[in-house]
Amino acid sequence: MMKWLEHIGEQIFSLITEMGRVITFLIQTLRWSVSRPFYVKNLLKQMEVIGVDSIPVVLTTALSTGMVLALQSYTGFKRFGAESLIGTVVSLSMTRELGPVLTGLMVAGRAGAAMAAELGTMKVTEQIDALETLATNPMKYLVVPRFLASTVMMFFLTILGMVIGISGGYFVGVKVLGTNPVTYINQSINNTEVKDIWFGLIKALVFGAVVGLIGSYKGFNTEGGAEGVGKATTGAVVVSCMLILILDYFLSALLW
Amino acid sequence: MSMIEVSDLHKSFGRQQVLRGVNLTVEQGESMTVIGGSGSGKSVLLKHIIGLLFPDKGTVVVDGLKLNGLDQHGLNEARKKFGMLFQMAALFDSLSVWENVGFSLKQHTKLSAKEIRAVATEKLALVGLKGIEDKMPAELSGGMKKRVGLARAIAINPAIILYDEPTTGLDPISADAINDLIIDLRKKLGVTSVAITHDMHSAYKISDRIAMLYKGQILEVGTPDQIRQTADPIVRQFITGSAVGPITAD
Repeated sequence: MMKWLEHIGEQIFSLITEMGRVITFLIQTLRWSVSRPFYVKNLLKQMEVIGVDSIPVVLTTALSTGMVLALQSYTGFKRFGAESLIGTVVSLSMTRELGPVLTGLMVAGRAGAAMAAELGTMKVTEQIDALETLATNPMKYLVVPRFLASTVMMFFLTILGMVIGISGGYFVGVKVLGTNPVTYINQSINNTEVKDIWFGLIKALVFGAVVGLIGSYKGFNTEGGAEGVGKATTGAVVVSCMLILILDYFLSALLW
Repeated sequence: MSMIEVSDLHKSFGRQQVLRGVNLTVEQGESMTVIGGSGSGKSVLLKHIIGLLFPDKGTVVVDGLKLNGLDQHGLNEARKKFGMLFQMAALFDSLSVWENVGFSLKQHTKLSAKEIRAVATEKLALVGLKGIEDKMPAELSGGMKKRVGLARAIAINPAIILYDEPTTGLDPISADAINDLIIDLRKKLGVTSVAITHDMHSAYKISDRIAMLYKGQILEVGTPDQIRQTADPIVRQFITGSAVGPITAD
């Protein structure tokens, strides 16, 4: 019993220590984000890697989700003659919830993993130490561009996800299931407020920061060769996804 | 005049005490090699000298400047005095050979890309490499990577060059070529050198003095001849590479 309690205590202690380290890493990242020199070329490259290269996976996910959402809600709403509400359900779900969350999860799986693997490899092959010996701050050179690029590009990817998801829903609702297009569009516009879109985009910014922060943190703290890189990569995806889902609830409650 | 002064250096990682009061002085223009077994703390000592690690107790003074206590800017300025060759070269995968060599010039000077490339070509020629400027690190052999790493280390004309296991992982001929290169660069550039190695052939060849690090302390310092004649049973066992003696294998 004592051993079991000791084990639980150790786990809680190590979790709190890890959280402290992540917060310190975040503070350092924010601090270095606003001081010279600015590595603009690195930032643009990361915007391409994290943002532009994620477009296909975000498009596929958003399109599929919008289409499935329209199909499923039609099945339910038809039972009590409320098919005209499909547009509202799709647009509200995509803007407030599914757009940012699914984009966040997809980018965490793709770009967050790549970030942790690349930085982890640099760590175990002493490339990060080499940067320091060349009088270059690795936090500024490697982490800040990834953190900023992830935050900014998640915002734009989420807008894209919202538009494509809603378009997919429209296609299924109107072209496949035969709902009146004018009613569909009117219902969507009348019941979706600008603040719904902003709530979704605020979530996107937070999720983007989470992916950039956790991917970089896990990469920077990689130890133990190829196995360590594997663990860092898995850890980055798991922790980012968990944080996105947990923060999603609190942000939803806060941005009611 | 001493270029590097390490005094009473202590460093622990968790419960593991790695350095237990290291004292070492390296004179200007001298070539010092620190020998010792795996896990003896050689790399940790080297990382303290360039300010990648900071001591729990003790000081590291480089060219009159105490490293512990410097802020990030001061530390970066101090690091510009150094060039470092890493064990596995640590070339940046995403940059070509000339971009690797010219990295610090790009970061710390206002030279154009064309001028940086010209300097990189010149430094590559100094380490015996020609026509590989546009290759990527993945396309190079182990020996070539080390040479490129050396060219990168000397790109900003440092006063001190640190070598982390310069011959590890190389075949005997490539290893000896690296030894010759270290001697040649020292003659041409007049730099102070600190190397860590457990390759005794290399240590005898490139050093003015050799220091033996054992259990976190410097056990003996002397010229290669003095080390060869040592009466210390631990140093004797290490330099002869005998499995029998006071040092036990892990």
